Amino acid sequence: MIGRTRNDKIFDAINGFLLLILLLAVAYPLYFVVIASISSPTLVNSGEVLFYPKGLNFTGYTFVLQDEMLWHGYLVTIVLTVVGTIINLALTFTGAYALTKTHLPGIKVIMFLFTFTMFFSGGMIPTYILVSKLGLRNTIWSMILPSAVSVYNLILVRTYIMRSISEEIMDAARIDGCGDWRLFLSVVLPLSAPIMATMALFYGVGHWNQFFAALIYISDQDLYPLQLVLRNLLLAGQNAMTDMISGGASGMDPQYIADLMQRAEILKYAVIIVATVPILAVYPFLQKYFVKGIMAGSLKG
Amino acid sequence: MPSIATTSTKKGYKRKNSVFKVIGKNYQVYLMLIPCLLFFAIFCYGPMYGVQIAFKNYNTGLGIWGSPWAGLRHFERFLSLPQFWQVFWNTLYLSVYSLIAGFPFPILVSLMLNEVRNARYKKLVQTVTYAPHFISTVVMVTMITLFLSPSSGFVNKAIEAFGGEPIHFMIKSEYFPHIYVWSGVWQHFGWNSIIYLATLANVDESLHEAAVIDGATRMQRIWYINLPCLAPTIVIQLILSLGGILGADFEKVLLMQNASIMSSADVIATYTYRIGIQGSEFSLSSAIGMFNSVINLVVLVVVNTICRRISDTSLW
Repeated sequence: MIGRTRNDKIFDAINGFLLLILLLAVAYPLYFVVIASISSPTLVNSGEVLFYPKGLNFTGYTFVLQDEMLWHGYLVTIVLTVVGTIINLALTFTGAYALTKTHLPGIKVIMFLFTFTMFFSGGMIPTYILVSKLGLRNTIWSMILPSAVSVYNLILVRTYIMRSISEEIMDAARIDGCGDWRLFLSVVLPLSAPIMATMALFYGVGHWNQFFAALIYISDQDLYPLQLVLRNLLLAGQNAMTDMISGGASGMDPQYIADLMQRAEILKYAVIIVATVPILAVYPFLQKYFVKGIMAGSLKG
Repeated sequence: MPSIATTSTKKGYKRKNSVFKVIGKNYQVYLMLIPCLLFFAIFCYGPMYGVQIAFKNYNTGLGIWGSPWAGLRHFERFLSLPQFWQVFWNTLYLSVYSLIAGFPFPILVSLMLNEVRNARYKKLVQTVTYAPHFISTVVMVTMITLFLSPSSGFVNKAIEAFGGEPIHFMIKSEYFPHIYVWSGVWQHFGWNSIIYLATLANVDESLHEAAVIDGATRMQRIWYINLPCLAPTIVIQLILSLGGILGADFEKVLLMQNASIMSSADVIATYTYRIGIQGSEFSLSSAIGMFNSVINLVVLVVVNTICRRISDTSLW
């Protein structure tokens, strides 16, 4: 190994220190949300809560627990995430496996046609018309089907299968009389655990944070996913205020806006926590997989 | 980067009639491809078929095929709108600014992280800097608004502590690009460094050992070994970023928008959304969307060609 000189130590110290600053710059805003969510709103708003919670107060969480819209959105999002991710994984893995068979006729052309969509698309409006024509608006499918496969992920999984599952294993299985379907189920999938976890995370996060599709396709409040509920809860009041300040909404009752603001202020930090914790609690456990998955799936050999 | 080029054919199938035999023998592979094929045919190529309404006067009753042709009228219409050009420059400005501010950061961070010897510290920095990537846009914009609030945000408290006046960041159009870009850098630099870090993990250790024997310092080794090893990955990432040069983060811009900052916070995607989906001007907005996609594609092809000529690294 490489020995450490005095210069090395200075380098390490400076490097470690710069990274520490970066670490704090990322961590502090997140930490602040946590302490603000359990502090007295008055103290938070007057800027007194900076490093630790003050005036311990769980009103925000009580409000959140009572908000039916929010829990309903939570439920919709959970269903969306589970069903959506299963569909994503099924399509991505079967497709990726088939696309590794480049020696078969047509596969390369299909691969090109898939990849092309990464760089060119019909755009927002034709997609919107298509989804409407298919009668998917105001159904959960409008938030799942139009993004059922991501080309980027498809290529990642395909590269992973080509790189990490050796031809010898495949050939051995084939000699034992394994068809492609059996091979896929009992050889490829079990050997793809890291990329599977990575994909589940990528797709899952995508569904959890889904906002755009819901915004344009869903008008039925019963189908509002979490992010849409959050937008209404967190940003509606804010925009009302900014518009009021800028004279945009002259017709609104100032008292109503003030009430909305007051309620929103108390809620905000707690809502952020409740909406974000499920994902932030999961990804550190998957970190070693997605780093490995991205590495194996994306490097040019 | 995902390798797009496919590997060489293993067997050459010479005669046409054997093609069907091969397909028949491997029918399971093709069956497995069907769900994906359906998806791409319907949800990717379907809208590409639908984009013809940019050249038609789309009428919901007549449908895509039945609507009468309008030639380039919709293109002429939006190209002559001053508002469109405002939106166009806003989009370009945000993208270029994001690229310049956001692109080098992950590379630098990966080079720094790669030098950390304490595995636990390295992992800690990684875990924490990845976290913001998982935050939804709605939550992200809420956090920005809270932190920048003139009455209660800690940024303004800090400004006041130094004797300044609180600033209404979110309703001043001149601040919008900076807030948009730097919050984006904050949110994604850690995540974007993964790809570079992965490349660095594959750098041949013997290069470093040889360099040490020749008396190279740490900085020299980073500059002359690690950075050149990253170059192909950097080029690929750059090509991909430039291929989306007219694609600002629609959700984030939309959520940050308010009446007072529209002069800088309206981009092509939000404009298309407003006139298309909210205003039902399907043909006009499709034309704008198509213009956007074509520019992106052209930029991608040009940049890719340039990169292939000068650096041997390219997407295809």
